[in-house]
Amino acid sequence: MSIASLQAVEVDYPRGRALGPVDLALAAGEVVALVGPSGCGKSTALRLLAGLEQPTRGTVSRAAGKGETSVVFQAPTLAPWMSAAANVALPLELAGMQKAQARAKAREALAKVGLDGAQDARPAQLSGGMAMRASLARALVTAPRLLLLDEPFAALDEITRRALADDVLALCAVLSPAVVFVTHNVEEAVYMAGRVVVLTPGPGVVAGEVAVEGPLVRPAGFRTTAAFRQTVEAVSALLARPPQSASPTAPPAGEHPGAGASGSSPAGGGGPKGRRGTAP
Amino acid sequence: MTRRLAPILFVAFLLAAWEGACRVLHVPAYLLPAPSQIAGALVEAGPLLALSAWGTLSTALAGLALAALIALALAFGAALRPIVEDAFAPVAAVLQVTPVIAVAPLVTIWAGIEHPGRAVTALAAVIAFFPIYSGAVAGLKAADPDLSRLFDLHGASGWQRLWRLRLPSALPAILEGLKVAAGLALVGAVAAEFVAGSGSSQGLAWRMLESFNRLQTARGFAALAVLAAMGVALHAALGAAEARLLAWWRGR
Repeated sequence: MSIASLQAVEVDYPRGRALGPVDLALAAGEVVALVGPSGCGKSTALRLLAGLEQPTRGTVSRAAGKGETSVVFQAPTLAPWMSAAANVALPLELAGMQKAQARAKAREALAKVGLDGAQDARPAQLSGGMAMRASLARALVTAPRLLLLDEPFAALDEITRRALADDVLALCAVLSPAVVFVTHNVEEAVYMAGRVVVLTPGPGVVAGEVAVEGPLVRPAGFRTTAAFRQTVEAVSALLARPPQSASPTAPPAGEHPGAGASGSSPAGGGGPKGRRGTAP
Repeated sequence: MTRRLAPILFVAFLLAAWEGACRVLHVPAYLLPAPSQIAGALVEAGPLLALSAWGTLSTALAGLALAALIALALAFGAALRPIVEDAFAPVAAVLQVTPVIAVAPLVTIWAGIEHPGRAVTALAAVIAFFPIYSGAVAGLKAADPDLSRLFDLHGASGWQRLWRLRLPSALPAILEGLKVAAGLALVGAVAAEFVAGSGSSQGLAWRMLESFNRLQTARGFAALAVLAAMGVALHAALGAAEARLLAWWRGR
């Protein structure tokens, strides 16, 4: 049974088509990375899944109810006038939980993301990584069935981003929500997800998808394994295809010239198809 | 240090030049009194001017409080129901562009000739209204869109959204509006006093009119100096209060 799905979904903005048509189904407990160049509609797809936006055409199905979906945004998006604990307790309090109980749950959630000592700190006193952890705690405090992450590590440095990636995976392994992780970083997508869905540039359609082998809590050195490199290659190849030839069923073809790995794509047939497509 | 000293030195230079010019050119005191003569008048009329200043200040603050009450209530209404904002927009614009001097006689008639204090309070409120209202309306709309989505996601009610998101988000803009409005309320009170009179309290404008009409120019200047000092002090006090509140708001 799928937790949420997009069926032939299209979104038009006044400026033109923003997304689609796109099909995407999420099974319970699976982690899907949504990859695509800037402006392909990744964040729009995420807002559709969250129920924050309605499609122009097509159907969005959501088994997860209103309180069962959480979103982590690109910025930590914490209210500066509230303590970390108050920020984390906010979703519970909005849903009508008693303040004392909500705060107790918030403190537990903060401890789980390694912020035991920062409960009374204000967002301005937290580092970028700590603020993002608090934001993650706020998303997990409601024990969501669907967790949507919109480029959550984009503003962080490489070391923080890797540490946080491992923590997110460990937390997801315990709570096992269905996760959609939006990013434009191919390696991060492959590291975070059991399945990588690639969108084309412009109003994105699904260019293809690549399954990622291995346990969700990644073992040390996972990034240097041949399987990891090959999967990154395969995703990069999908990204590099010219948009007009993209269709949801076509196999990935060609090699991404900028991938920087020596191994050839496992799914790759045919020669390099040239530059990464940017034209709509 | 030099940057701190520069304005003091410059003002001292201006005063010295003024004093020197008055003495060298033998300017009559009724035309332009020297700073030393103004200082003398200030000392001589000090208690009287202080009383008048308090009268004007208290009226201005009453007007500011009245304006804040009405402006914030309307801004909350506009935040909850956009139609309130649309309906009120032309009135707000008219209030903003109307010179207080032009409506002062009218307000004096409405307040009743025996209650000039009420007219002055009302006029101070009229001129203080717009910056508070526009600051609050803009601030209430300025909530972080992603934070706003979070409230959507967790099914917040309109009231929760106003009280827990929009009002706290608007606090910096509201404080800024109040600071600007406080200076305007003082200006409005003085301007209104010129037209309406200031009743039994006899505010600073009345002292100025009285002094200049009697060619006691030095005393008029002294009243002007008190008004300026009061304005600067009010602005500084509100600036400090704003800074402290904002520091709390930001958590630093």
